[in-house]
Amino acid sequence: MRYEVRIDVTHLPGVLDPQGATVERALPALGYDNVTEVSIAKTIRLALDAPSESDARDQVDAMCKQLLANPVIERYTVQLEAAS
Amino acid sequence: MSTKVGIVLFPGTNCEHDVAWAVEELGGQATMLWHGDRSVRDVDAVVVPGGFAHGDYLRTGAIARFSPVMDAVAEHAAAGGPVVGICNGFQVLTEAGLLPGALQKNTGLSFVCDTVELEVVSTRSVLTHLAEPGARLRIPINHFEGNYVCDPDTLRALHDDDRIVVRYVDNPNGSLDDIAGISNEAGNVVGLMPHPERASHALLGSADGVVMLQSLLAAAQRAAA
Repeated sequence: MRYEVRIDVTHLPGVLDPQGATVERALPALGYDNVTEVSIAKTIRLALDAPSESDARDQVDAMCKQLLANPVIERYTVQLEAAS
Repeated sequence: MSTKVGIVLFPGTNCEHDVAWAVEELGGQATMLWHGDRSVRDVDAVVVPGGFAHGDYLRTGAIARFSPVMDAVAEHAAAGGPVVGICNGFQVLTEAGLLPGALQKNTGLSFVCDTVELEVVSTRSVLTHLAEPGARLRIPINHFEGNYVCDPDTLRALHDDDRIVVRYVDNPNGSLDDIAGISNEAGNVVGLMPHPERASHALLGSADGVVMLQSLLAAAQRAAA
């Protein structure tokens, strides 16, 4: 079975996000003075062949822990669906 | 027999010749270690130099840590051999789990290229054991991702175990607790953002990095004996 996977890697709460902070400071210059909580994330998309959805999730989880995210500063969410 | 320093080369490394020059200027012998090598051969110390290993893709140091040579570097470190990561090399060592914490983008999102003042904190490490505690050293920095972060428990451990090697006198990048360099518990693995090899001769504007490189050579000689 093939699964389409989307992984969003974001900063852990409390870890400074210099890119988000800079964008947040820039937006008011364009008149958007009502914006807060800007954060810049990374999206990783991949296709994965696996025998079951739970197996696919386990594999993606392991990939995130080993390489795709750095648990010291980042957290991740995974969206996964069977390819049509 | 002079002390042999192995310098790890990844695709994108660009400070290897500076380190080799400085090591040889101080009487050591420099040899290059390719990232695909599975051993560090007969070197007495390993330096992971600055640059952009594997293009810094994904995160700085994230891909480099999977290079075959890194297993050999970890073994060398576990056996007590000196390992120093400079700039991108520091980032590689944190990703490889040889040092705690991580380095993220500088506050203000600016690439900083400057000569800064450092204060020697711990003189227990292979890079600072010949320096005076509290000594001020002028050393160049040259990075975009030098903003050190770690969790509160790790920071406490770094303090309590005398593992903060050097601090910035005037923090240029937002680093937690002004940290410019740290060591592992044993003090034989050190990572720092500043470049001591670029301050290794008066002609370069500062020779304050010499004491660090001499410390490394002396530690390597001791470890080899």
